[in-house]
Amino acid sequence: MKLNKFTNLMVIGLVLCVAAVGCRKKPVGVTDLPGSRAGKVPEPGSAPPVGGNQPPVSTTPTEPLAGTPSNPADLHAGWIKDAEALRSQTVYFDFDRSVLKPGEKPKVAAVADYLKANSPKAVLVEGNCDERGTEEYNRALGERRALAAREELIRLGIDSTRVDTISYGKDKPAVDGHDEAAWSKNRRDDFVVLSPPGK
Amino acid sequence: MNPFMRLKQILIVLGLVAASSAAYSQIEIDYTITAPGNVKPVWVSISGLTGEALATLQFDLYVQGFGFTNAQAAQYQISGSNDGNLQARAVDPHHKSTLVSKAYSGVPLRRQAHAFADDFVMALNGKPIAQTKIAFKGENGHTSEIYLADFDGHNAQAVTKDGSLVAAPCWVPGHLALYYVSYKLNHADIFYHDLSTGARRAFARYGGSNMSPAVSPDGSKVAMILSKDGWTDLYVGDADGGGLKRLTKSPQDESSPCWSPDGKWICFAAKEREHRTLCKVPASGGALQQIGTSGMPSPTEPDWSPDGKWIAFTAQFGSSFAICVVPAGGGMATELVEGEDPSWAPNSRTLAYGRRSGGRYVLALLDMPTKQHKDVSRIPGISSQSQPSWAR
Repeated sequence: MKLNKFTNLMVIGLVLCVAAVGCRKKPVGVTDLPGSRAGKVPEPGSAPPVGGNQPPVSTTPTEPLAGTPSNPADLHAGWIKDAEALRSQTVYFDFDRSVLKPGEKPKVAAVADYLKANSPKAVLVEGNCDERGTEEYNRALGERRALAAREELIRLGIDSTRVDTISYGKDKPAVDGHDEAAWSKNRRDDFVVLSPPGK
Repeated sequence: MNPFMRLKQILIVLGLVAASSAAYSQIEIDYTITAPGNVKPVWVSISGLTGEALATLQFDLYVQGFGFTNAQAAQYQISGSNDGNLQARAVDPHHKSTLVSKAYSGVPLRRQAHAFADDFVMALNGKPIAQTKIAFKGENGHTSEIYLADFDGHNAQAVTKDGSLVAAPCWVPGHLALYYVSYKLNHADIFYHDLSTGARRAFARYGGSNMSPAVSPDGSKVAMILSKDGWTDLYVGDADGGGLKRLTKSPQDESSPCWSPDGKWICFAAKEREHRTLCKVPASGGALQQIGTSGMPSPTEPDWSPDGKWIAFTAQFGSSFAICVVPAGGGMATELVEGEDPSWAPNSRTLAYGRRSGGRYVLALLDMPTKQHKDVSRIPGISSQSQPSWAR
């Protein structure tokens, strides 16, 4: 009878479904490709390249093997600060990046020249971020921006004891505003000249 | 009915039962919170309470996953009066039992309502939070100070008055003490501040910037991000100032560490070839492991729930941010609400976080299972409140 055949098929189908459902296991801890959330595009560079075009493992390090140790916190305690002398050499960074752009390097070179001509002055590199990041992430990013300029100054021959770093994260914007015109001016290293007291 | 037909009937019924339980067994082991953000509220009715007592109780219960309805539809009925002092009872009409029946006195009415909310939650075997505290950063113009407040934002008081910049307060578990970053000494230093005596000292004043302190669950160690060796890396030091150990050595980003509740792991935001990810490392040192947050990009500011089951974090979508949770072992992450910088309450379900509002932050609370959320009280005269840390 038709109905009998149908119910037979239903039973078989149901049993097969149960078997299939019971056996399927969700793998735990598998990382899907980020940015798979529909409708939202992640920032460029925040996801690994799709399609497996990972850069080959290189034996030539592209980063220095070690950072240069920072100066003790009290090394320049009491030194006089001058934020104006090198204001025009503020260097700017791309979003979420701490790499010194080639176009910005001449300014760091100008800071190096100033220091070479004005011994024993030192410089404090103040790293900053725009508002498009969480607070502690930005604090670390600002520090890496300052360290990037410090490493470049050292590479240009400035003694590491003459370069301090500090990060303000996004606490000290140069420009208030919520657009790229403002943001691009806030992703920066400022150079503050430090002069020994009494000079 | 012939035996074969009867057998088919039995198989159909068994099949349906097996199908539904097979599907059920795929859900997270902790069946009480199977789908973050999708759990239904527990319905209560409240009668007889008015004014501040009512508003306080409603707030307290809302951010712990309760919803409000009429007495007939409620799972628990709350009734009482608050002429002067609070008298309140909570009954379970279906089991015909009284969960709480109490009269309160001796403290302000608001505090009495908090105490009743706690008594009610404890009668349901929940962990009470209505009399807990948060610390956070409050900005006024170009300076910021560390503030302490009730978890709902009331009774806020500044614990610093340095006219400088501060960041990232973190409670010492079980103690009235904080670690935080302060620029008071013209440097990004981590301070330890005993709130009961007011005494404080610079805990980490290494060269470079000292950032993002996170205290271990037993209070004996502090994880932090230091640039003393020329990169921003993760370090752990003893609370008494010694025993500094470097846990990462990478020119790439590490930021915002947090501890697993068993003290064995430190979870933090990391970057691997420009790809932002959450990682964890054994607190005594060792290999880094990625914690997958599938579906949620650019994770930062993780916080590990006190019960060990979840990691809450901030995901970033371009210029917007969302509070997300992922099982602590990694896997599928769930977006809950727009906001940043989550901090778990002791109950492992409520989160304090910051929400952007016109270029500034307001603090809010989120109940992770139900996704119910509400702003906390704002401090008048303070333009921005952010970076909450919930006392545990």
